[in-house]
Amino acid sequence: MNHWIASNLWLIPATPIVVSLLILNLPKSARSPAAGFAILGQIGALALSILAFFATSQMAGLQTVRNFTWLTFGNNALRLGWLLDPLASAMLVMITVVGLCIFIFSTGYMAEDRNFKRFFAYLSFFSGAMLGVVLANSLLLLFVFWELVGLASYLLIGFWIERPTAAAAAKKAFITTRIGDMGFFLGLLWLYHRSGTLLFYDSGSGCLENAALNSLGVAATFIALLIFCGAVGKSGQFPLHVWLPDAMEGPTPVSALIHAATMVAAGVFLVARVYPIFSVGAINGVTPSLEVVVWIGVVTGLMAALIAVAQSDIKRILAYSTVSQLGLMMVSLGVGGVAAGIMHLLAHGFFKALLFLGAGSVIHGLHHEQDIRKMGGLRRLMPITFVTYAIGMMALSGVPLLFSGAWTKEEVLHATSIWPRSHLPHYLMMAGVILTALYMTRQVIYIFFGNRGPASEGAHESPPVMTWPLVALAFGTITLSVVLTPAWPWLHDFLIGKQARFDFAHLIEPAVFTSLMLVLIGIGLGIVLYRGVAAENRLRPIEVDPFQAAQPALFRFLQNKMWIDEFYRGSVLRWSKALSRVSDWLDRNCWDGIVRGFGWLGQLFGIFTTGVDERGINAGVDETTSGARGLGRLFANAHSGQIQTYLGVIAIGMLALLLLYAWLA
Amino acid sequence: MNTAALAIIAIFTLSAALAAATLPKLMHAALMFAAAFVGLAAFFFLLSAEFLGLVLVFVYVGAVAVLIVFTILLTRHDLEKDRGFNLSGIIVAIAVFIGLAIAIFKTGSLPVVTPEIPTLTVKQIGAALMTDYVWPLQCVGILLTAALIGALILVIEEKK
Amino acid sequence: MLSIFLLISAAFFSIGLLAALSRRHAIFILIGIEMMLAAASLNFVAFWRFGPSPHQPTGVMIAIFAIAIAAAEAAVGLALVIAVYRHYRTTSVDQLDQLKG
Repeated sequence: MNHWIASNLWLIPATPIVVSLLILNLPKSARSPAAGFAILGQIGALALSILAFFATSQMAGLQTVRNFTWLTFGNNALRLGWLLDPLASAMLVMITVVGLCIFIFSTGYMAEDRNFKRFFAYLSFFSGAMLGVVLANSLLLLFVFWELVGLASYLLIGFWIERPTAAAAAKKAFITTRIGDMGFFLGLLWLYHRSGTLLFYDSGSGCLENAALNSLGVAATFIALLIFCGAVGKSGQFPLHVWLPDAMEGPTPVSALIHAATMVAAGVFLVARVYPIFSVGAINGVTPSLEVVVWIGVVTGLMAALIAVAQSDIKRILAYSTVSQLGLMMVSLGVGGVAAGIMHLLAHGFFKALLFLGAGSVIHGLHHEQDIRKMGGLRRLMPITFVTYAIGMMALSGVPLLFSGAWTKEEVLHATSIWPRSHLPHYLMMAGVILTALYMTRQVIYIFFGNRGPASEGAHESPPVMTWPLVALAFGTITLSVVLTPAWPWLHDFLIGKQARFDFAHLIEPAVFTSLMLVLIGIGLGIVLYRGVAAENRLRPIEVDPFQAAQPALFRFLQNKMWIDEFYRGSVLRWSKALSRVSDWLDRNCWDGIVRGFGWLGQLFGIFTTGVDERGINAGVDETTSGARGLGRLFANAHSGQIQTYLGVIAIGMLALLLLYAWLA
Repeated sequence: MNTAALAIIAIFTLSAALAAATLPKLMHAALMFAAAFVGLAAFFFLLSAEFLGLVLVFVYVGAVAVLIVFTILLTRHDLEKDRGFNLSGIIVAIAVFIGLAIAIFKTGSLPVVTPEIPTLTVKQIGAALMTDYVWPLQCVGILLTAALIGALILVIEEKK
Repeated sequence: MLSIFLLISAAFFSIGLLAALSRRHAIFILIGIEMMLAAASLNFVAFWRFGPSPHQPTGVMIAIFAIAIAAAEAAVGLALVIAVYRHYRTTSVDQLDQLKG
């Protein structure tokens, strides 16, 4: 059985993509079939992923590779391949499970939308492309699917095409990630140049295997950093994080699937995948490229968490939270805790999707109101949403025992604490944990506690088709916490290829207490700061946040996203516009002038030829013909019509002949 | 051969011919034409071709000259006289005569046989016509018929 | 002897040519043609008389036929002149130049 799936790995990404193309060919009114096909495709992919997961654990070396030749040019060939290893199989399961829940949720959320069919086509397409990223064994194949994922993201962010803000956000997302992808592509080319292959694992000759790694030398750092550019763009790290909050213009299921659980995780996945390149020449597990990863992750994590505290849109808070968590994952990968980072990624996928879907349920129930200052008291009006949202919030904050986020965060903090280079990331990430708990508490208090706000009137619980996925994801979150408990580190060991065993001693590590304390500090701080909000009469929307009252300047700074977007607009965009104006001028005047010059030369030649033709050739012909005519007229005079002239001429002719004859004789 | 007779006949014929060619009045010219042919017939007599001379008189003087006179009478218009004279014609004629004369004198040595006077009787001519020259005779007959019919057609006036 | 006759016939011929070329009346052309033909017959007979075989009537025969044909041709020609006179009301060949050009 495991051999069958290993030989047919391509089926996993192919199924949703084929379903997507199928849906596109349906008529616009075929809503139920569209959703049906999409969900069926996703179930198919899920089944295959589970099959692959179990197959992996039975494989020798926990890895299988299927390579094939794609293009041949001369003696060279371009080879691509599919890879199945623990990292890939775990990601597969997470993506398909979360995807399925979101697909089902979307049938309820997008029920009134006119472009229902197109939505599911795009969702399916994205799903297939993301699975392709995970399964690729060649950096080129990964890049191809990477770009397809970016395309799907663009299409889905700008799904409501009639909204100019959505179109602008889609464009911003695409261009910002494109900048990162340029670096990725340069790194790819450099790697191909140095190692001669882009296959990851190829029986010893792949680019992640020792032979190639040893040949890289100093170039490894630069290649790694270039590839990291792609991850920075896709995962929203500083400085390319600016597209993620704007991407909330898309429908909430899109935000849940793409910008919380899966696509943004692709960047972290990429770093984990090409980790051997990052760690070439590592001293104590530290290389220059990994250091860069750590510091960027630290800055991102802290910055985003700070900004999230001052946001008032329900989805923006979650978006910044995603950015912050991704920073945390990057830090984890950078300090060497690859398994920890990936585990946090998997857990984050579940509870972030849960949180976004919960936000979607709230938005849907409040008839598309997204400002938390206008909400309140939804605890009793939307109970299922409240409970599942609370579970997600506690998982994100890191409340231990029942909630998966705790274990994985604790693993990450543990990894940062043993980093030989510096302890600063450790302390800063602890601050990040406190901030995470703080802003999540703030959000929950604003939305669910206290008296009802102006928008909460007439709110009702969402239909079952939307609440069941919430329940399922909540259930998954809790289950994961059991699965991921450090007492049974099978996933950790699975990810790094060791055998697992039970050890309850792990439960009582010092790190557990530290993280528990941090979480309690965060939640407590939140309750203290924002209890005033819960107690207020919410008939009018809250105008002044308690934090804002305490520190107005700082609040404004954070609320305006630290003015980074404005900075970009004033610097990069302005330079780009100036450059484009210069280009335009050059194009219009220089290059076009040269082309026009050639055209003018051609015209000149044409005039010259016409002149030659008219005055030379035509005139010559005309002259010749008139000469012939004149000659003819001349000869015509011989026909005078006078008989006597004719006779005379005959006589003279005869005489001449006679004389000639006489002479000759 | 009587040289004197030859000379007189020659002078007569040529002057008649010249008159026929140059006289302004048409009738005079036609009559001179007839006279010229009479002289020519005399020449034929001198050359012992008596029958031919008589034929000449019959045909030319009797028929052709009369025809000419008739045509002149039929085609009269106001001016009986013919105006003008083309000088270039005279030059051409003189040139031709000179050329012919040169040709004649150049071919001088023709073996002149002693002029035995041949006796060419009408019987001989008739016999020759019916035996050796029967084909040309028939053709000339047809030709004459055609000429006759043609001339008739040309001058017949169609009934309107 | 022969030369004299030839000369006479040549003179006659030239006078005939003169008549044909230098008068404007159409009939004169016919007169001229008749004279030229007669001169040619005289030439033939002269050669017969002074030639190698005068006992054969060759020259005379030729002359007879020539005269016959000349007569036919004169008839047709005169008929033509009459027809042309009827159509164009003129016998001056100067005015009969429809073949000009």
